[in-house]
Amino acid sequence: MTLRPAASRQGYDKVVVAVPVSVPYKRYAIEPAHWWVAEALRALVAGAGIEATDLDGLSVSSFTLAPDTAVGLTQHFGLSPRWLDSIPMGGASAVIALRRAARAVQAGDACLIACIGADTNHVDSFRRLLSSFSRFAQDASYPYGYGGPNASFALLTDYYMRRHGAQREDFGKLCVAQRENALTYPHAIFKKPLTLEEYLEARPISDPIRLFDCVMPVAGAEAFLVMTEDVAKDLGLAHARVLSAIERHNAYPDDPVQMRGGWALDIDELWGMAGLSPDRIDLLETYDDYPVIVTMQFEDLGFCKKGEGPDFIRSHTFTNDGSFPNNTNGGQLSAGQAGAAGGYLGMVEAIRQITGQSLSKQVVGARRALVSGFGMVNFDRGLCSGAAVLEGVVP
Amino acid sequence: MTTPIKPPPKKDPQIPTRPPQLPPMARSRAALAMSAAAAAGQFALQTCRDCGTVCYPPRDGCPKCLSTQLAFAPVAAGGELIAETTVQASTDLYFRERLPWRVGTVALDCGPSVMAHLHADLTTPSRVTMAMKLDKGGNAVLFALPEKATAHMEDDPQYRELNASPKHRRVLVTDGRGAVGQAVVKALLEADAATVFVGIADPWKPFAGESDLAADPRIEVMALDVTDTTSVKELAGEIGGKTDILVNTADHVRPGGILSRTDIVTSRDEFEVNVFGLQRLAQAFGPLMRARGADGVNSAVAFVDVLPIHALCNWQDFGAHSASAAARLSVLQCLRGEMRAGGVRVLSIFTGPVDDDWRQTVEPPKVAPVAIARAVVAALQGGIEDSTVGDIAKDVLEKWLDNPKVLEREQQA
Repeated sequence: MTLRPAASRQGYDKVVVAVPVSVPYKRYAIEPAHWWVAEALRALVAGAGIEATDLDGLSVSSFTLAPDTAVGLTQHFGLSPRWLDSIPMGGASAVIALRRAARAVQAGDACLIACIGADTNHVDSFRRLLSSFSRFAQDASYPYGYGGPNASFALLTDYYMRRHGAQREDFGKLCVAQRENALTYPHAIFKKPLTLEEYLEARPISDPIRLFDCVMPVAGAEAFLVMTEDVAKDLGLAHARVLSAIERHNAYPDDPVQMRGGWALDIDELWGMAGLSPDRIDLLETYDDYPVIVTMQFEDLGFCKKGEGPDFIRSHTFTNDGSFPNNTNGGQLSAGQAGAAGGYLGMVEAIRQITGQSLSKQVVGARRALVSGFGMVNFDRGLCSGAAVLEGVVP
Repeated sequence: MTTPIKPPPKKDPQIPTRPPQLPPMARSRAALAMSAAAAAGQFALQTCRDCGTVCYPPRDGCPKCLSTQLAFAPVAAGGELIAETTVQASTDLYFRERLPWRVGTVALDCGPSVMAHLHADLTTPSRVTMAMKLDKGGNAVLFALPEKATAHMEDDPQYRELNASPKHRRVLVTDGRGAVGQAVVKALLEADAATVFVGIADPWKPFAGESDLAADPRIEVMALDVTDTTSVKELAGEIGGKTDILVNTADHVRPGGILSRTDIVTSRDEFEVNVFGLQRLAQAFGPLMRARGADGVNSAVAFVDVLPIHALCNWQDFGAHSASAAARLSVLQCLRGEMRAGGVRVLSIFTGPVDDDWRQTVEPPKVAPVAIARAVVAALQGGIEDSTVGDIAKDVLEKWLDNPKVLEREQQA
């Protein structure tokens, strides 16, 4: 039997995001993840000028809530939502939380949804998270040097460099530019400039990856609200429309090494739904667990062709005041990676940038942003990818 | 080529012995089946019985056809090394002590891409031959080797972690009075063992081959009676701290089943050597070896037992001996788990009937002592947990894997 072609996806008309919240990061925290969720909820409620009980939807992403899940948080914080979601998708969490919350709002299942990414970072959190991450990693990755995601992405980076002629300097340029952007963002964990030389000479972690190719694990939380445009106007909130959003999991499973993410499968739909071409974007928030993944997103999201990433890097500055602003608050590489909140960092930053509330240096005239997510190295590659195009509306 | 490893310097007694660490141990049940294949020295991956897809990492449903009929089967061992990294930082104690550690991505000819340990002589990209080896924790790992052998390739430190090479190591062979023990001694020395201690019960009794043992300066003959707890303990006190490999060649064998004997005197003798002798050796040497599992070039690596294949299924003609062999196998299984904490391998060499005086009336094929010696060295060099020697042993194993109950009937008169 042949299936009829899938119906074309409906738009996200009238759905908006508002109240971007960042709970300032700490390198290590003694507080559990619940504390970070609480801080995010408190800031959301205060920012929206509502009561916590007005929230009728909750979406949570966290690696460190155990033994709790999103369910336990409702009782913990006295919420009675009629819509509850848990998105265990790491770096793709925010895009996917937004996409699903937007559908719920559209369908009337909820009218005010809090989307939160929050994780704590105790001194031994990273080691513990690694040891229980996935069955394939346990069986087929950890027994090989136990380099964790650093080693997996080192293999991707090595392969990309061999295949497409990327140089360490190219990846270095991205990291240095993000640091420059981070210096304008008060919550960034890194406060000092980074030179290309420092990047190139940094401590080796897993060749060809060195220290500044890697994110710094931190504790923190990021959050935003999803609602209809009418509700945002009633509350008098600066907001951004959701023009389009995609998600995809385990794309191209037969590629011997991950050379492309799921974006490449859905990119036409992403831009088609938004009614935009890539050159109409004012800023890009890529998921930057490693610079090779940023490069892959430039290609797979349609800003250049596959393999042209290195040339693309050489032709832009990626700074907030230069050409092609990317990761305008420094991204995780400079602001820090707060577990699943790392997936939220770019989303929250983009909402601020395009609604005139930026904490980092404002990209002049920024109205439209593309936010990209990528997550979950189950074995040898990231499985989840997603992207959303947002357009700011300033009341 | 690999730089040959040098004999280790004499141990400095003031430097503490490094407590052994193990590589990450957790595995799914499907992955343990890969360890079972590696234990027998096979290169086998999970293969879908319905569509033939080779699956990796091991799983519970086929990613092409969703069949749950997945079984480990031998696959082509060739592949292309397409990416590599040298891990320079790890949160795992075992690897932290062994950094830098080189791994790569290999696109296997049989389908999947895998992460593998890399031999030092490999460059990227290149053709490789894959091996499946047991790591120090007893779990299967994939190792990529050059397609063509390179000089001293067995000396690559990452490769040496996955075998139990006798090179530069000191070995105790527990019974040198018989032809099997003497052949094992000779083979170990040919495989560059530094010293071979040879146990002889009642050394005042002369025996064939005695002068050959005495003539070689690398051999030290030691009094050892495995039926005597004091004797075993005394020897362990003397050399237990420098026994890197123990090969138990002691086996007391007499023909006959249960009803063909009228008492248990002979059986008791068999158990004293074959079961309790093994236990005495394990209890005296095991803890010392287990503590030295990460002690440099000549760390303790293996406890080897040569035992009859009829440990798997009773052979009526030697029924009482088979019973002791079955008990012996069970002891080894327990010991394997206990020695794992030190990363010391327990290797079983299953033999068919040995060609000796006690099996004079047994029809051929029978196993020559030199074949057992070769198998012991091959098991050590390959880190192979279960080996068989001789056609009978291979035949019995195959039948046992096929249907143990049918084999039981076949082994009866």
